[in-house]
Amino acid sequence: MTAGEVSPLPVEPGAAVDGETAKRRGWGWLLLVPGMLYLAVFFVFPTIQLILTSLYDPSGSFEQGYTLTWHVANYGDAIKSTWHLFVRSFEYAGIATVICLLLSYPLAYAIAFKAGRWKNFLLVLVIAPFFTSFLLRTLAWRTILSDQGPVTSLLQTLHILSSDGRLLATPVAVIAGLVYNFMPFMTLPLYASLDKVDYRLVEAAGDLYASPFTGFRKIVFPLAIPGVVSGTLLTFIPACGDYINAELLGTPKQYMVGNRIQSAFLTEHNYPLAASLSLILMAVVVLMVVIYVRRVGTEELV
Amino acid sequence: MAEQDRDLRLEDLTKRFGDFVAVRDLSLTVPNGSFFALLGPSGCGKTTTLRMVAGLEDPTLGRVLIGDQDITRLRPYKRPVNTVFQSYALFPHLTIFENVAFGLRRRGVTDYKQKTLDMIELVQLAPYASRKPSQLSGGQQQRVALARALINEPGVLLLDEPLGALDLKLRRQMQIELKRIQTEIDVTFVHVTHDQEEAMTMADTIAVMNHGVIEQMGAPGELYENPVTTFVANFLGQSNLIMTDVVDTAGSDVVVDCHGQKLGVVATRSHAAGRNAWLGIRPEKIYAGTSGDPDHVGSNVLTGGRITDVSFVGVSTQYLVAMPWGQELMVFEQNTGRRSLFRNGDEVDLSWSPSHAFLLDADQDAHAGMMSPEDRE
Repeated sequence: MTAGEVSPLPVEPGAAVDGETAKRRGWGWLLLVPGMLYLAVFFVFPTIQLILTSLYDPSGSFEQGYTLTWHVANYGDAIKSTWHLFVRSFEYAGIATVICLLLSYPLAYAIAFKAGRWKNFLLVLVIAPFFTSFLLRTLAWRTILSDQGPVTSLLQTLHILSSDGRLLATPVAVIAGLVYNFMPFMTLPLYASLDKVDYRLVEAAGDLYASPFTGFRKIVFPLAIPGVVSGTLLTFIPACGDYINAELLGTPKQYMVGNRIQSAFLTEHNYPLAASLSLILMAVVVLMVVIYVRRVGTEELV
Repeated sequence: MAEQDRDLRLEDLTKRFGDFVAVRDLSLTVPNGSFFALLGPSGCGKTTTLRMVAGLEDPTLGRVLIGDQDITRLRPYKRPVNTVFQSYALFPHLTIFENVAFGLRRRGVTDYKQKTLDMIELVQLAPYASRKPSQLSGGQQQRVALARALINEPGVLLLDEPLGALDLKLRRQMQIELKRIQTEIDVTFVHVTHDQEEAMTMADTIAVMNHGVIEQMGAPGELYENPVTTFVANFLGQSNLIMTDVVDTAGSDVVVDCHGQKLGVVATRSHAAGRNAWLGIRPEKIYAGTSGDPDHVGSNVLTGGRITDVSFVGVSTQYLVAMPWGQELMVFEQNTGRRSLFRNGDEVDLSWSPSHAFLLDADQDAHAGMMSPEDRE
């Protein structure tokens, strides 16, 4: 996502470059080196390893070792056995992303335009959950949503839930956990985009007969689309691969792809299956992101 | 639309921000179809006044009316008023066409397409209709902002320092252009500016504002020739202000004593009440003659001057003349070529007509309104 911002000055072929500029470009490249090295060791190398693992002979085992036999059929087998988990993952992640957007937009809007001197304080509150561990916070949700907990009792009293109905161990709990855990990733980019919108444009829209709502629809919303795009991506992508929420708040009936990958790697030691699942997930997410960004129109984003 | 009375009237308008009074008890009437300028330095309350007319700021007290319609509490999008913003505030994600059509579409005008194209034509931007604002130059963006406001045929068009961001040459061009458009479409323009030249070039009536109040209002010539406060005398052009004692106010000319020399000022141009007064005279109204030369046009003569500085600026020469009491006066002379220039140290007598000087209250600061162009911003 940020590749566009990070990329150095483009070197146009044939462009007349004086010595001064050339020197500066050389330095620009040098600045990339530490990051590139880091990524080479901790991203490129493991990815290659992962691709190779996904092509191991599946008849091997953790004890006897695996051999690289370029067994492409691993992918077919993986899809056949787990396609319903993929569907569920995208469904949960999709619903969670939409809810995050609906909750975060008014919040980010209020922080950007209405908070005044409370702005920074509210921003700190948004990121405050990061001060405690992801795992701990999700475990806390078990207590909040537990069968004897206040939320369940309240919903039962209001007859929204039947008297033996529960929240924990249902898709509602898993999605609620996803929404909670990924909301800051939605709120912050939305805030950044909304905050950049020049308030004088809103005044100008009002001056030109646009009611406040029309002004929002025609001016603020379109200008803050980049925030919507990056926010939804930052929420949807990690939510697709998440397994903690399904693990802690759900049951095997709510398991997502992440849970299967985790157990294949760490419990069953079925490395080829785990690796091919990971790569399929990666490929599908990349494909979805590309289509999404294309649809929204990237030129508008800059 | 009631055509007969569309005058913009402000009645006892006051705006406070906390303890700070931005605009104090301001009342004025802008006749329908006139070009009105609010002129003053930054922080004088002119922009706040404009924003109250636009509805972007709520007055603390007072009323805003167009004709008989009280619009004081009307939301901005319901007012028959449009604004050309200082920053232009063009919508960056919309094309020029969409920007200009914005107001018409919000009001549900069905034949907005043709009207928009006509308006874009009027401001000579037809080839750029499908471009985005960022692809246009500053002057072009300025014209889009103007077109976007004018297309709505507002009762009053508000212009907030509309030419501030343009370079000098372009600004001159746009001044003429704006005046032409205003005459053509006969809409009331209220123009806020800190640039006295801009205000004088374009406006029929100028209100000079300072510290939230109007110091003086009138036609440009009237303000320049007969200012009533030192602020106006200094803010519009330059003035020599000399401390004098008032001797006689009985006749058609007020007689004052200026360090021992008697001078007359036409009574209608005297705005001083006390025993002392500032005598004001514009530098270009003073004639400098060689000392002792009886060839004086007017009856007002100050003798004993000595040239201390000569600046040749092409169309004119600007002299500084040291007077016997220590003050230096400015004298501008057209370079007609009929006589040779004075040189440093030359002894001169200064003279002018009594109908060119003015008298101002002695209580005021002689330096009020005197500032460099940068300070005015």
